[in-house]
Amino acid sequence: LPGARSAVAGATTMERATAYADITAYNNFYEFGTDKADPARLAGRLQTRPWSVVIDGEVKRPQTLDLDALLRLAPMEERIYRLRCVEGWSMVIPWVGWSLAELIRRVEPTGNAKYVEFHTLADPKQMPGVASRVLDWPYVEGLRLDEAMHPLTLLAFGLYGEVLPNQNGAPVRLVVPWKYGFKSAKSIVRIRFTERQPLTAWNRSAPQEYGFFSNVNPEVDHPRWSQATERRIGEDGLFARKRPTLPFNGYGAQVASLYAGMDLKKFF
Amino acid sequence: MATPAAPAVARLDAVLRRLGAKRVVWLLCLLPLLGWVMRGSTGWAGGLGVNPAETLLRGTGDWTLNLLLAGLALTPLRRLFSLNGPVRWRRTVGLWAFAYALLHGLAYAWLDMGLDPAAIVKDLGKRPFALVGFVAFVLLLPLALTSTDRAMRALGGRRWQRLHRLVYLIAPLGLLHLAWMRASKGRLAEIAPEVLALLLLLGLRLWRRPAPRSLD
Repeated sequence: LPGARSAVAGATTMERATAYADITAYNNFYEFGTDKADPARLAGRLQTRPWSVVIDGEVKRPQTLDLDALLRLAPMEERIYRLRCVEGWSMVIPWVGWSLAELIRRVEPTGNAKYVEFHTLADPKQMPGVASRVLDWPYVEGLRLDEAMHPLTLLAFGLYGEVLPNQNGAPVRLVVPWKYGFKSAKSIVRIRFTERQPLTAWNRSAPQEYGFFSNVNPEVDHPRWSQATERRIGEDGLFARKRPTLPFNGYGAQVASLYAGMDLKKFF
Repeated sequence: MATPAAPAVARLDAVLRRLGAKRVVWLLCLLPLLGWVMRGSTGWAGGLGVNPAETLLRGTGDWTLNLLLAGLALTPLRRLFSLNGPVRWRRTVGLWAFAYALLHGLAYAWLDMGLDPAAIVKDLGKRPFALVGFVAFVLLLPLALTSTDRAMRALGGRRWQRLHRLVYLIAPLGLLHLAWMRASKGRLAEIAPEVLALLLLLGLRLWRRPAPRSLD
């Protein structure tokens, strides 16, 4: 799945990309289990075709798009993004996809649309982790409409120029590089436009730990660990000091204006 | 010992009490550490995984708990099955539990905190679960230090024994440390086996049958 080099500002970091083997072996995808090795081991049984995504809620043109229609919807671009996990590790990942804004413009949100909600597939037959009650399924994530419209917000279909492996959220996932990784919903089946702020899976499960925004922020610690530093997978040596985490994961120049005037300690 | 043992049990016991058994236990306790050293240095079996620091931190913590629980299981073996040999491995297993706890603390301080004392103090103050682990480690220290025959003689059997009953507090603290880390991830069910084992092992201490006094 080739993608042309993206012209979007900030879309191509020059940092060394994390090895494909690491990106595809170390995943948080609780639908397949809570251990980071579980998705690579168990996601093989996920059927990614046929696949369709329902787009509904506050839009003038609600519709159901199948995967082929999505793949054709806009030209594929390669975006090399940093990914910062809320757990304190990070990677650099070459994704392939297009800006979510391309889709949003086509479905024409109504004046009531203030937020976008993403629903992940939750099929116990294909996803063994769904049997456990770690979270309330399906996994729901959400963005404010202006965040969703930001050109860096990516709907991804590929990784390293190839079709997305199942454990990384095939066949279609969200990538929001300035937020903690869990905001980037995987294996999306529904995109709903709403007037009210969505109740996201992690916010619902542990509201004191995971806020709606979850922007990468070294100043706001997770209640159980510091977010000031991170370990870059495959690059930072075992005994190396962890590297400092950057506000908005280093995408401040592109996205800080979205939060002008907001108290980011309150809206974490 | 007071309890008459069935011949098969007596034979098993005789095997377990042989000089070599303790060395085998010692070597078994060494295996996890040996495994990490081998995987880390040769890349064998996928090396230490995608996040080696995490592998070592989790692994050393898990083995501390495993060996604490294993150590607590040795005395009930005697009481329930009249197996007398395993009681002699308590020091070996206990000291290895301490060794893994030490490595766990070192992994935390070095790999996670970059050996920065200020960062460590701040972190322990901020994270109750880490503090609980630290307290458990501090309580384990005097037990490790008084593990020699000389210390045992100097303290006297009774006092030594009372001191070493601290392990009944240390093991639950260690488990609380793990449970707390996982608590709000909704993953408590994953440590249910350890919790059950600990409850059983501690419960066995409360349940005494009217047997002649023994030195447990």
